[in-house]
Amino acid sequence: MAKHVLILIGTRKGAFILETDSKRKSWGLKGPFCATWPMNHVVGDPATGAIYGGGGNEWFGPAVWKSTDLGESWTHSSEGLAYGSGAEPITAVWSVAPKNGSLYAGVQPAGLFRSDDRGETWQHVEGLQQHPSRPKWSPGGAGLILHSLVPHPNDENQLWIGISAAGVFYTSDRGRTWEPRNKGTRADFLPEGENYPEFGQCVHNLVVAAGKPDRLYQQNHCGMYRSDDGGKSWQSIEKGLPSSFGFPVAAHSSDPDTAFMIPLNGDTAGRYVPDAKAAVWRTRDAGETWQALREGLPQQNAYFGVLRQAMATDRLEPVGVYFGTSSGTLFASADEGDSFAPIAEHLPVITSVETIVVER
Amino acid sequence: MSNDTRHARPAQAVAITVTLPGVLVDLFPGSTRSVEMSASTVDEMIDELDRRWPGMRDRLCDSTPAIRKHINVFMDGERAKLDTPIEPGTKVFVITAISGG
Repeated sequence: MAKHVLILIGTRKGAFILETDSKRKSWGLKGPFCATWPMNHVVGDPATGAIYGGGGNEWFGPAVWKSTDLGESWTHSSEGLAYGSGAEPITAVWSVAPKNGSLYAGVQPAGLFRSDDRGETWQHVEGLQQHPSRPKWSPGGAGLILHSLVPHPNDENQLWIGISAAGVFYTSDRGRTWEPRNKGTRADFLPEGENYPEFGQCVHNLVVAAGKPDRLYQQNHCGMYRSDDGGKSWQSIEKGLPSSFGFPVAAHSSDPDTAFMIPLNGDTAGRYVPDAKAAVWRTRDAGETWQALREGLPQQNAYFGVLRQAMATDRLEPVGVYFGTSSGTLFASADEGDSFAPIAEHLPVITSVETIVVER
Repeated sequence: MSNDTRHARPAQAVAITVTLPGVLVDLFPGSTRSVEMSASTVDEMIDELDRRWPGMRDRLCDSTPAIRKHINVFMDGERAKLDTPIEPGTKVFVITAISGG
């Protein structure tokens, strides 16, 4: 038995898997899977080795796909993955998160579902819809989507979610009740003087720091942020970055002070990497300072973006960093971002990148 | 998914032939492009498809409930809805509309 790293890739045209051994030198690509459906998020469950993919197909609607043999075969289900009759139907699953035997799914229009039988059937976590702010939620550019699911590492009752553009919400009772957690994050798109509302921010991505459950990192439409109190308050960490706009954020898998972001050139300027030069930006001090990591990345004529769920780290030492572009290239670093190389090219638009380490 | 009460066939049910799109059949191992069954409405027809291949209803209908926007059910050259009655001997065509990019 040896450790293998699997990169789980969601794209606009199916799921793909890249696999390598612990040296992370050569990679094999498998796919497309999931009947080439648009797959918004593909994740692995470290506890079981199962792979889950959330997506939505124009013809056939939303579903969560599952493979229990590392991608060799797949099934799908959406049983129970629906609001009541008369409500706006669900169009797609946007995020999936396995935790402590449960599986969560975030959907469009924004809502949360949980499966307690490994994705066979789903139950609506209705408490979120009953939050008094719900009638005022407004959609972001991709629609009203629940895209970030962050289960507490040690407590199955706690969960943070991110909704565009309703903001961050938190539950401590497994979804029965919720509270907005957006204090300190800006909404530049609201009228002057109303830029720090209780909810309504356009959160783009949310992750929890390794070994420090109260520390969260957030990429927002309007800035980059860190919280050290479970999201009760947020501090801007955008100083030193080339813009305040981007989509993904990834946490280091063992150091809570290290995180990775990919700022883009702004929300009205094409949403490319700034100056058409690609860089991953790394902090080693929880966002106080940033370092641009460019080795191996294109430094001219790079007109791609990186979407909200399209960057991830692995659990090896040193930590691997991976991101997928809107132009279908998967870049990988086996040295915590010091150098990158493309390990897959010419894929469809990459919507998500996650990793799982398995023994085989 | 199957439920004997929910899927009980009414006495007036009739024999029909349903043609399914290949891209749908690909999602359900063991399903076939051409299906013979008894049903007196489109809703009953989809119930019977779901009884044979659990989950197929979710692929064809949303929770409104209605036939999905990009799925067409045709009978005698006309688009049908869930409550459209089916006459004996009818050939029903389930077709994926032009979609995607």
